[in-house]
Amino acid sequence: MMAKAGGVVAGSRLYYQPPVPTSPPMPMSQIPALEIHDLRKVYAGGVEALKGISLDVQPGDFFALLGPNGAGKSTLIGIVSSLVNATSGSVKVFGTDISTDRETAMRQLGLVPQEVNFNFFEKPFDILCNYAGFYGIPRAEASRRAEQELRRAQLWEKAHATSRTLSGGMKRRLMIARAMMTQPQLLILDEPTAGVDIEIRRGMWRTLKEVNAAGTTVILTTHYLEEAESLCRNLAIIDGGRIIENGPMKALLAKLDVEGFLLDIEGELPASLPHVEGVDLRAADRFTLDLEMPRSMNLNSVFARLDGAGIRVRSMRTKTNRLEELFVRLTGNKEHAA
Amino acid sequence: MNNAPARHPNLIALYTIARREVMRILRIWAQTLVPPAITMTLYFLIFGSLIGSRIGDMGGYDYMDFIVPGLVMMSIIQNSYGNISSSFFGAKFGRHIEEMLVSPMPNWVILGGYVAGAVLRGVLVGIIVLVIAMLFTKVRIPHPLVTISTVLLGATIFSLAGFINAVYAKKFDDVAIVPTFILTPLTYLGGVFYSVTMLPDWAQAMTHANPVFYMVNAFRYGLLGSSDIPLAIAYALMIGFVIVLGALSLWLLKRGVGLRS
Repeated sequence: MMAKAGGVVAGSRLYYQPPVPTSPPMPMSQIPALEIHDLRKVYAGGVEALKGISLDVQPGDFFALLGPNGAGKSTLIGIVSSLVNATSGSVKVFGTDISTDRETAMRQLGLVPQEVNFNFFEKPFDILCNYAGFYGIPRAEASRRAEQELRRAQLWEKAHATSRTLSGGMKRRLMIARAMMTQPQLLILDEPTAGVDIEIRRGMWRTLKEVNAAGTTVILTTHYLEEAESLCRNLAIIDGGRIIENGPMKALLAKLDVEGFLLDIEGELPASLPHVEGVDLRAADRFTLDLEMPRSMNLNSVFARLDGAGIRVRSMRTKTNRLEELFVRLTGNKEHAA
Repeated sequence: MNNAPARHPNLIALYTIARREVMRILRIWAQTLVPPAITMTLYFLIFGSLIGSRIGDMGGYDYMDFIVPGLVMMSIIQNSYGNISSSFFGAKFGRHIEEMLVSPMPNWVILGGYVAGAVLRGVLVGIIVLVIAMLFTKVRIPHPLVTISTVLLGATIFSLAGFINAVYAKKFDDVAIVPTFILTPLTYLGGVFYSVTMLPDWAQAMTHANPVFYMVNAFRYGLLGSSDIPLAIAYALMIGFVIVLGALSLWLLKRGVGLRS
């Protein structure tokens, strides 16, 4: 992995500004960043949370792990980060089995959990220094990194405030800053943007992209499927303790055979809409057309038919998130992923 | 990136936990250091000075002199136990224990760091109480090595016991139950306020099953030069308790009891 150094961009909403690489990226290792084989978990009450999960995440990947509530994602992340004991199966982090050499495996891993889990009575600066200390990083070096990470997270002004006084967004940023203290090669984020406003969320997206671009493998679970679609190159969908889909984002989205669009038109729609073969055309309101059509169909033919009927399209937008559509079809779940 | 560990990562981690515990003790000094000072001042004033003057000798010593070792040891036991049980359970309850569980730290470092913090609080409170005792009587320490080793062993035993309590605790009530119903009776019946030779035979036999009795008497030997029991037995039992409770604590951590699902 490359050395990191960097600073905050003036006026930017980025809370973490990764460094500008000073040397070309090193060649990616062929060893998977995460290698899971036939992982099973049965809780004490008899609930079978994982039913034989096998999964590889390649180094340098930006990977989405999606699934409905109760699918087993948190159990999977818990086992990988050694917070949950597996019933059977194996987990390797960069080739190191967590059951035989936990120390080496955990040294490569950074975790941003779903729930805030730092001591509310401690100060952000101390939280970061102590966390680094748990990894054997000397206090002087930990203090230097803590200042750097807090400045990048735009939390330096709060460095010596009691952490319970931080806002929800600040707490989330603090947890990412904490995970970055050990410069992990594999960063796992469990719904890092849940409950933060869109401006901060977009800042976090930029940040995660840049962390990934600097060489860190990132695994993300999220409620926001457009987040996964825009950030991740590969994904796995987990449902009922099993992986039901796994592969490149583009290949999975290509499986969708229908696309939906909303067309904003000039003026008002006519009382009677034209018929276009193979296209479901409806009025969303007096100024908007709601259209669904096969992916194989050419949009030009639709526009020509509308033009012939005196309907001129001013602008167009995708009606639904494609990943959301795929997710709902695969899981049969009308609720979002979590 | 530099993920290579420092030369002594485990020692740095151990120091980090112990330092955090000490900072916590000092941050909430009004809860950790002041109450034992007030309580023990009242004990010395009422039992030692006012009532003690009418009791006369106990075990061949002035009553005030007799109760000083017991009260100091009682403070050490209660505070080392209370520190680790509340701090470790608080970390579980607030989930910041996860910071340590996901780190590469081995279990002995986690246990050692918390025990070191609890022992330090016990020692700190012990010193405060001993200084207060000096206001009421002349404190001599004829056997300083016995005094110091007994303090460290006693504080370690009850730190480990408090740790086990915190591992099993599911709510704050569970942390309070053991001190109230087990620790306090054991301490009061461990010969803090009286010599065991005053008791009938059956009560003497029961007292010999109380681990606090051995600690109080070993500590009394260190401060006064006399004890109700042979010193070797007291040391053997204290070291035995440290080994058994330490092994149990490490086993609980390895299994993840109360920590990992």
